[in-house]
Amino acid sequence: MSGIPMEFGLLLSAVLFVIGLVGVLVRRNLIMILMSLEVMLNATGLAFIVAGSRWGQADGQIMFLLILTLAAAEVGVGLGLVLQVFHRFHTLDADSVNEMQG
Amino acid sequence: MLELLVWVPLIPFLGFLILVLTPQKNSPAFAPWIGAGSVGVSGLLVAIIGYQFLHGTMQPYHAMLGSWLAIDDLAIPYGFYLDALSLTMLFVVTGVGFLIHVYSAGFMADDPGVTRFFAYMNLFVAAMLVLVLADNLLLLYLGWEGVGLGSYLLIGFWYEDANNGYAARKAFVITRIGDTAMAIGLFLLFTHLHTLDIQELMLRVTRQWPVGSWLPITAAALLLGSAAGKSAQLPLQTWLPDAMAGPTPVSALIHAATMVTAGVYLIARTHSLFILAPPIQFGVAIIGTLTLLMAGCAALAQTDIKRILAYSTISQIGYMFLALGVGAWSSAIFHLLTHAFFKALLFLAAGAVIFCFHHEHNIFKMGGLRKTMPIAFWSFMIGSAALSALPFTAGFYSKHEILLATFQVSPVLWMAGCLGALITGIYSFRLVFVVFFGAQSHKIETKLGWQMSIPLGVLSILAVFGGMLQIPLASIFPALLNTDIQQSFNAVSVITVAAPVIGLLIAVLFYLTGSFSVQQFANHSLLKPIRLFFLSGWAIDALYDYLFIRPFKAITSLNKNDVIDGVYACIAEFSQNLHRVASASQTGRVRWYASSMVLGTVVIIAIGLLS
Repeated sequence: MSGIPMEFGLLLSAVLFVIGLVGVLVRRNLIMILMSLEVMLNATGLAFIVAGSRWGQADGQIMFLLILTLAAAEVGVGLGLVLQVFHRFHTLDADSVNEMQG
Repeated sequence: MLELLVWVPLIPFLGFLILVLTPQKNSPAFAPWIGAGSVGVSGLLVAIIGYQFLHGTMQPYHAMLGSWLAIDDLAIPYGFYLDALSLTMLFVVTGVGFLIHVYSAGFMADDPGVTRFFAYMNLFVAAMLVLVLADNLLLLYLGWEGVGLGSYLLIGFWYEDANNGYAARKAFVITRIGDTAMAIGLFLLFTHLHTLDIQELMLRVTRQWPVGSWLPITAAALLLGSAAGKSAQLPLQTWLPDAMAGPTPVSALIHAATMVTAGVYLIARTHSLFILAPPIQFGVAIIGTLTLLMAGCAALAQTDIKRILAYSTISQIGYMFLALGVGAWSSAIFHLLTHAFFKALLFLAAGAVIFCFHHEHNIFKMGGLRKTMPIAFWSFMIGSAALSALPFTAGFYSKHEILLATFQVSPVLWMAGCLGALITGIYSFRLVFVVFFGAQSHKIETKLGWQMSIPLGVLSILAVFGGMLQIPLASIFPALLNTDIQQSFNAVSVITVAAPVIGLLIAVLFYLTGSFSVQQFANHSLLKPIRLFFLSGWAIDALYDYLFIRPFKAITSLNKNDVIDGVYACIAEFSQNLHRVASASQTGRVRWYASSMVLGTVVIIAIGLLS
């Protein structure tokens, strides 16, 4: 596991994270926002894996499992909310669901 | 049996509690029974106690009730104190009070607020009894404020009319000026003598303070201020004529027989203090004289039956103050007693007339009631005779005593007093002749019930024979210098007796036989302004309007926008603006929130990296 330098793995993770972040900020469709969130979570997971392999420890992989569980739960809740939003507003546009303003 | 003393104020207070807790809608039939009954029971107790007291050793009885405060060496116990002076007041308050309550049962029978009326009346009686029984000045002050409250509530009893509410507030505010003086006086006495117990206080006053030093003078002046406020003496008398806005029994009870004489009682109670302050004591006499002349003249010009009686009350209390001022303490209390009888009688008779005239107050719209209302007529005759101190009526004995005592101190004041007696004769019989003689203008259908006739009868008897009552006040007050004034029969007493008779004759010539035309007299170019001046009560209301009310309004209008409030308004404005800025960022857009979170995280990480 020494073929790929750690920097590349971290760089990939960072790039993925930024792509996900931009997706969350730019996309208006709630489904797309959720998917971008998944990308961000996986980018974080990748960073843990890379770091774990660098130090030769299992902690990184344990963290990835935790993130995986978290992501599953998050998707469950998130999709439930999306369903409710669609049910009420008949749209998935995140900007038009802005009734809770101060 | 003297232990029953505690129940004397307590029973009317219980009556008040019962009446105030019953539903006010559809006044129950038992309301007058409880209202008059509680005062009646209390009057019965006073009769028992009085019998015991007068047939016993006549030693003052002191009932300790408890302790208000007991912190370290500061202890304020309170209790009731019974001596001949408070017993006299008890007789007046419960006896005359009971008769007036019985009368009210007839007078107020058709009023929808009869329960409320009797509740207030009982509250007043309870407070008045506390006032006269109090053994210390603090408890007296409680009663003092209590009667003020009762007076306020009852003047404004018919509160639907805004004028009545105005009269009630006026009475309350003006008497409050005096009450403030009293509070300051109590502070002064307590600071220097460390007690408020009246007997102990009077002992310490005479022992510690020299005659004429500034301490007794200040304290006496402050107490005089409070007495002048409560008893409607110059310069605080303007509230009493307006207080006639209340129902007539209220005027009889509060503004003739009891509350307005509280000032006289207070000065008599603390007479030792006034003896130590000769200038103030003389001031009491001066105030009394000026008031009795001023109010007498004002009564001459009034056309409202109750206002005439109100001014005559002010004038008669002026006589009591005159008596106090010249040191004739027991004569003052004696006049208080007889005045309570005949003035209550006059007010109740006036109430009967007003009742039958459906609340008409103008005497010139009445007339010829002699035949149709014999009870009211004879009550009025007897009351007026006693008021103007015609010989052998109750008022004669007391006023005669006062004037003779005055002559010993100051012939000038005596002359003023005799002039006042003459004026009293004129205005009281002017009232009788205008209302009861002459042509009858209205038909009267309403009949007086027994509730109204019996008190009139009893009070008539008291107004005639009340002068025979002997009240044993000698043990309380220092004797006059010259004790044989009663026996002296000379020019002075002849003039004193003749003055009201001359007044009566003048009234006969003007109002009964019509030998002189009142119209011509009243509209004479020179006399008309004087008449209008008297009608307005010496224009003192207008004077106060210029002196106090307008400057006060001018000052308040300067600060209309409240400078101090502005500071707090600024703070509120600032925080509201901040809030507006913060709430503007809450757009409801998820992407906006996410961006700000990202931005915040970036900033925090940047700070962490750079520092």
